[in-house]
Amino acid sequence: MSDDRVVIVGASVSGLTVAETAREEGHTGEIVLVGDETRIPYDRPPLSKQLLSGEWEAERLTLRDQAALDGLGLDLRLGTRARSADAEARTVTLDDGSVLDYGTLVIATGVVPNRLPDGHGLRGVHVLHDIEDALRLREALRSAQRLVVVGAGFLGAEVAAVARKLGLTVTLVDPLPQPLVGALGETVGAMLADVHREHGVDVRCGVAVRALVGDGGAVCGVALDDGTQVPADTVLVAVGSRPAVQWLEGSGVPLGRRGADGCDGVLCDGRGMALPGVYAVGDVAAWWDARAGRRHRVEHRLTAAEQARIVGRGLVRPTAQVEPPVPFFWSDQYDLKLQVFGLPAPSHDFHLLSGSLAERRFVAAYAADGVVQAVVGCNMARQLRSWRPAVASATPVGEVLRTAVSA
Amino acid sequence: MKIEIDEEKCCGAGQCVMAAPEVFDQREEDGLVLVLDAAPPQSQYEAVRQAAKLCPTAVIRVAEDD
Repeated sequence: MSDDRVVIVGASVSGLTVAETAREEGHTGEIVLVGDETRIPYDRPPLSKQLLSGEWEAERLTLRDQAALDGLGLDLRLGTRARSADAEARTVTLDDGSVLDYGTLVIATGVVPNRLPDGHGLRGVHVLHDIEDALRLREALRSAQRLVVVGAGFLGAEVAAVARKLGLTVTLVDPLPQPLVGALGETVGAMLADVHREHGVDVRCGVAVRALVGDGGAVCGVALDDGTQVPADTVLVAVGSRPAVQWLEGSGVPLGRRGADGCDGVLCDGRGMALPGVYAVGDVAAWWDARAGRRHRVEHRLTAAEQARIVGRGLVRPTAQVEPPVPFFWSDQYDLKLQVFGLPAPSHDFHLLSGSLAERRFVAAYAADGVVQAVVGCNMARQLRSWRPAVASATPVGEVLRTAVSA
Repeated sequence: MKIEIDEEKCCGAGQCVMAAPEVFDQREEDGLVLVLDAAPPQSQYEAVRQAAKLCPTAVIRVAEDD
């Protein structure tokens, strides 16, 4: 038995950060880090930004160089997938058939991209999840002329912006009325629709995709629900993702169902514990959020690292209470830098705190039940930060507005 | 201790400013990192190490004294 062996499944930022933090905190026992990709751990936000545009090469995304990785003294198993787990027996089975006993299991398998029901077998149809996807899409964009992006979330909107910079004809399609409306609401969504149109994107929001249309095995267009067909030689399907938990079915690890539990993913307490000795971090994990009074998954880079530090520390020095991390994320589109503290929702009330949408320079508060849930900044990063405490301490929006007026 | 930054990678999260406000700030116009003191006093070492660790895009490199 290996009672103190830590097995971390998933070698992206959250898995790696758990290992690194545990070492920093003095964990000297065995740590196995299992990752299904063959590359050493890399950072994902640039995939749809600097890597796709060609500004950066793949090496620049490496999270830690080989020497730093070696220094952690990990049993690093790249190119290896966990096939199943057994929480009772405390084992993980890998796809090479080997079975690992664990004292602690950390689940950090992230998400898998959703796909359309049909059409992904056509040449020219892409998803963007890992670095190989991003490099394939980058290569395709070099010779492509007409790109249709299906899904106007962060990923789709960022790729549309990059493709316009590269000079392609770009159509952005989404069944919702504005780009990013699910993440940032109608007001900012409408502004972003304008921004994309000004940059030459054909924004088709409020219309669903009926089918990807092929000709001789290659995609040639996208048929929409309004009866129109948009010609395309390249299509990116960016319609969200779901937690990579299939390998945990039947393991005894609690998994959420969207309807019944309000969220999917690995159900955890406020310190990332799913079961005694089993933790989950990053995109796959639905932590209890005491501030919000519910569990939810956060698919953002910084939250992944923050959760990983909490769990990594907890492996060495169990702590009673942790402050729920305030989510932070950002998006680059054209010359806009959008930044967010907290989790805005379309149902939130929108309150401008500073600047103006017309100038594309503002800070806004998102409130529910009169309490600040999130602050969103556009090209005002420095001021935005000063509002972060309002999210962390769930400040009444009236108080924030009074401060904004007097500022 | 010497601080080096790779400004091009900065996403303007401001984590460094929260960790070490005497050493880091953000530029008004784009929110990118500003190093106020590239050779900070010893009293700031721990805060600077924390800032480097918290940076979501690993912009901050800390060269420790030998």
